Amino acid sequence: MTERDHILYLEHLTVSFDGFKALNNLTLYVEPGELRCIIGPNGAGKTTMMDVVTGKTRPDSGTAWFGSRLDLLTMTEPQIARAGIGRKFQKPTVFEYLTVFENLELALAGSRSFWHVLRARLSGAEHDRVAEVLEVIGLTDRQTELARTLAHGQKQWLEIGMLLMQQPELLLVDEPVAGMTPQETERTAELLVSLAGKHSVVVVEHDMDFVRSIARRVTVLHEGSVLAEGSMDDVQNDQRVVDVYLGA
Amino acid sequence: MSRVFAVLKADRGGLCLLGLLAVLALGVPMSVLLTPPGSALHLSPYVLTLVGKYLCYGMLALAVDLIWGYCGILSLGHAAFFSLGGYAMGMYLMRQIGTRGVYGDPILPDFMVFLNWKSLPWFWLGFDDFWYAAVMIALVPGLLALVFGWLAFRSRVTGVYLSIITQALSYALMLAFFRNDMGFGGNNGFTDFKDLLGFSLQNPATRVALLVATTALLALSYLTCRLLVMSRAGRVIRAVRDAESRTRFLGYPVESYKLWVFVLSAVIAGIAGALYVPQVGIINPSEFAPINSIEVVIWVAVGGRGTLFGAVAGAILVNYAKTYFTGALPEVWLYALGALFVLVTMFLPRGLVGLVPAGHKSR
Repeated sequence: MTERDHILYLEHLTVSFDGFKALNNLTLYVEPGELRCIIGPNGAGKTTMMDVVTGKTRPDSGTAWFGSRLDLLTMTEPQIARAGIGRKFQKPTVFEYLTVFENLELALAGSRSFWHVLRARLSGAEHDRVAEVLEVIGLTDRQTELARTLAHGQKQWLEIGMLLMQQPELLLVDEPVAGMTPQETERTAELLVSLAGKHSVVVVEHDMDFVRSIARRVTVLHEGSVLAEGSMDDVQNDQRVVDVYLGA
Repeated sequence: MSRVFAVLKADRGGLCLLGLLAVLALGVPMSVLLTPPGSALHLSPYVLTLVGKYLCYGMLALAVDLIWGYCGILSLGHAAFFSLGGYAMGMYLMRQIGTRGVYGDPILPDFMVFLNWKSLPWFWLGFDDFWYAAVMIALVPGLLALVFGWLAFRSRVTGVYLSIITQALSYALMLAFFRNDMGFGGNNGFTDFKDLLGFSLQNPATRVALLVATTALLALSYLTCRLLVMSRAGRVIRAVRDAESRTRFLGYPVESYKLWVFVLSAVIAGIAGALYVPQVGIINPSEFAPINSIEVVIWVAVGGRGTLFGAVAGAILVNYAKTYFTGALPEVWLYALGALFVLVTMFLPRGLVGLVPAGHKSR
């Protein structure tokens, strides 16, 4: 595997908060079109890793590159978002007092400057793009309703839809099925699997059944570093993983 | 233009407000200029001044609702922008007095002669020209908001901390304007205005023209705010209010959105202050008082936050109540105001306009 194959390079990342090392010399690569699951106990550094990638947290040391051109550590959060990294938060945060359609409209790719957006009108192509994403996330018939009226699972899908509007190359998805019903979980699994290929998807998740149902490759984090990486079966049979995380 | 009509079609409350302003703009001149004094239809100068004052407060409330109701920034310092606009207008009016002042100095306002100043400070230069003053009325509050907002938003000061520093800003300006050597008349401020654009402020026709100008500028400010909040940028602003970091992750430079809305809001507040001063005939540092900014927030909450027209209605209604109470039961007013705020917050979270059956989508 040559370096050009990767879309995300994280090398030797260390982040400490008051002496606690949230990330400890973490090295991780993600390939284009891959659907990667990241698991690990609480405090393993999963969220901190996402924070570093999206520019929310600056590491003490290490490097983070998006493709071979963009040094994420020199970019601001909006710059990173515009460059093609979308992040879905753990708690669904959609804009409650905007309609489903408007939520997606704000996520449209394009200039974000105030003076440009002030005059922006929805073009036919943009309208089609919103309609297409509404179809993918299954919310076409809810589009004129306020987002606050959606069920929990629907909010999660809307948020994934908002990420898709930006046509990101890399999607970071934090605990997408927490609090979902089994049906919603299943629907989410289908959605994420259908996105892989066109996008690289990195999923942080606690729900092992869910991870098994979608993952081709799993990375196990522990105390801020990579403990194991491989197929779900490989990591489940790895003794170190069993010891720290999977338990029985 | 077609966009304006499309937006207004969906804005019943706004149409009511604009209709009311149109009635005022036509009715008041007819009443004052065409009916004889003493007639039942004739508005006394006292009522005329009150109406003008309420409309200026309505404009100030509009400015606060734009930034608070739509962008989620609770500014407790808008009285500062209002007062700065008022002072800029006051400086123009002072320069118009000329030799008619007590000391009869053709250049220096009375208070400068009294302080034994020999020449006009540099920041007073140009204020004899109305258009220069008009630019300053918008520019000074706008520039202050730009600098203050740039520093505050860039440092990600939000919520109650931002409210406190806006309050501190207003308080600091009040203390500064109280000082005689600032060159703004100290605690007396400016008064004894004679004329505006050559028309005597004692003349009823001038008063009527001022009121009509106030309705026109209030209508224009309303339309500007409405078009802004109905644009895609307006939706971004509401998104910032409801989930700021989410908006940032969508790639929006949240700080610049807040900043431009804050600046627009400050400019509207400044214009309101400038219209206020010639109508009430005085401006002094007590206009900067922290309590004034807090009262504006109450007007907005009472009328209905995040509706624009509700803010204007709230300002007019609360001030009408204030006029009534401070005349009839002066000692009760502050308690009544406090109780009103508590009751509205508890039982009418959408304000008085929330009582009107919904048919519009304002949020």
